[in-house]
Amino acid sequence: MKKRSTFLLSVLVFGFAFLYVPILSLIFYSFNSSRLATIWGGFSVKWYGELFENDLIIDAALLSFRIAAVSATFSVILGVLAGLALSRFGRFRGRLAFTGMITAPLVMPEVITGLSLLLLFVSMEDLVGWPNGRGVTTITIAHITFSMAYVAVIVQSALSGMEENLEEAAMDLGGKPLRVLWDITLPLLTPAMLAGWLLSFTMSLDDLVIASFVSGPGSSTLPMVIFSKVKLGVTPDINALATLIILAVALGVICAGLIMRHQARQKYRL
Amino acid sequence: MSRDVTNHKLSTLSSGSLVKLAGDVIGRLIQRNWKRLVLAVPLVWLLIFFIVPFVIVLKISLAEGMIARPPFTPLFEWAEDLSFTISITFESFRFLVTDDLYYSSYLNSLLLAGKSTIICLLIGYPMAYGIARSRSDIRGILLLMVVLPFWTSFLLRIYAWMGLLNKNGIINGALLSMGIIDEPLNMMFTEGAIYVGIVYSYLPFMILPLYATMEKLDESLNEAAADLGGKPFTVFYTVTLPLTLPGIVAGSLLVFIPATGEYVIPALLGNYDTLMIGRVLFDEFFSNRDWPVASAVAVALLAFLVVPIMMYQHFQAKDGERS
Repeated sequence: MKKRSTFLLSVLVFGFAFLYVPILSLIFYSFNSSRLATIWGGFSVKWYGELFENDLIIDAALLSFRIAAVSATFSVILGVLAGLALSRFGRFRGRLAFTGMITAPLVMPEVITGLSLLLLFVSMEDLVGWPNGRGVTTITIAHITFSMAYVAVIVQSALSGMEENLEEAAMDLGGKPLRVLWDITLPLLTPAMLAGWLLSFTMSLDDLVIASFVSGPGSSTLPMVIFSKVKLGVTPDINALATLIILAVALGVICAGLIMRHQARQKYRL
Repeated sequence: MSRDVTNHKLSTLSSGSLVKLAGDVIGRLIQRNWKRLVLAVPLVWLLIFFIVPFVIVLKISLAEGMIARPPFTPLFEWAEDLSFTISITFESFRFLVTDDLYYSSYLNSLLLAGKSTIICLLIGYPMAYGIARSRSDIRGILLLMVVLPFWTSFLLRIYAWMGLLNKNGIINGALLSMGIIDEPLNMMFTEGAIYVGIVYSYLPFMILPLYATMEKLDESLNEAAADLGGKPFTVFYTVTLPLTLPGIVAGSLLVFIPATGEYVIPALLGNYDTLMIGRVLFDEFFSNRDWPVASAVAVALLAFLVVPIMMYQHFQAKDGERS
């Protein structure tokens, strides 16, 4: 027994080192004043200054944030509807096909999704004259389509973990189904919706392949700018950008974890 | 005049009640059909932006390439005498079969993704088991540490490996200064670097479903098996492994399917000799601008992945029913 647990412990240590050494090395070298990774030239924040003077990166970041916020909001709306249908409507006709359509985007290789959406937009423009060219709108639509699947799965699992007795009690007291949905089910879903929104937001912010397919001239998102820069090699200002993103995400995840723990404790106290 | 007034009154009355009536009817329609509405909105969205695009890809893969905008011939044509012609060509698919490039990149991608999945499983399984067996107060933190990299930018995490594996990168620098090697190792732009990239970025996808099944494991089953004289390995092989099989399958599919079509990892860490189909498709589309061939590549890739995708959906559906 003892022997097995030392084995597990060493795997855990090795595994987490594997996961975190690259991230920590990015943070460490973003403060290196030398341009070369192997040489420590002393502590410096000059790459951060350089980053904020790079208009190309700042503009792309702002564009990406805008697209991420809009697409996350729409994904939550569509994903909640889909999640409700999957977990509260019992067995309806075409349920299997609907489930398939929801789960397929989760594993679909990005090159296929990107190519097929681009061809759709081109064909639609040919047929109905919309969308007029490609850019922010088409990227947003593409991001909504793959993010809503994630939100639907989160909402579905939240709903299946939630007991239906609150909803049933409200129905017994004479609440019409829609009223119960609005007053009981949706408020209970707030944490799932928040998690879904954040996940959609980060995935939109992170997407390179699909955005490359469906974007047009003049609408380069942040990952597209980063990719075209790092293809040529390691650059210190991208290290600085990565550090900022990683710190923001870490803070967000830790806050979310603390809030969830706090809520769970309160629940048990009740 | 009085008649005018009554008429006027009548009309306001009726228009007011009409609005109310219409409101009632709409309200009742919504009350009665709200489920259909809830279902219809995401359904229509997915039909337009997920299903129709595949039909279009299939259609264009059967078209002929030409130098135009868009760069392919139409499949259907209405002639002036209203006769309808369909022109289908399997030229793009014939091209796929005859050109060695595509055959070897499909094979290579499937092999690379398969081997990476096995490596992920070998690292992820004991990690998930270790987390599930750890003290309950640190379990949450460990789980959070698995999820955290998943939330940070995928692209930037691959980029981090560029800094580590580079010829004058961090690993080479450390090994050189320790005197283990005399000259820098060539780690970037190799097949090994692609493996590292795939395993690194998809490891959380393996650990999470594994953890989910292990969390539900009943420890007393293992103890009972051990009490009955089972050696640790026998207990693991006959009790733990079968019980965690759903997690193994779900995790493996979550790694294997997207890894097969991966573009970013081979583009940043790989060399041109290691062909991966995602990269071939990307280049076919953006550099060669051959839309029909790119579509045919996508259709063929999807054909390879249909079985694993359906397996994944089957497991998802079963999981949904259980909970």
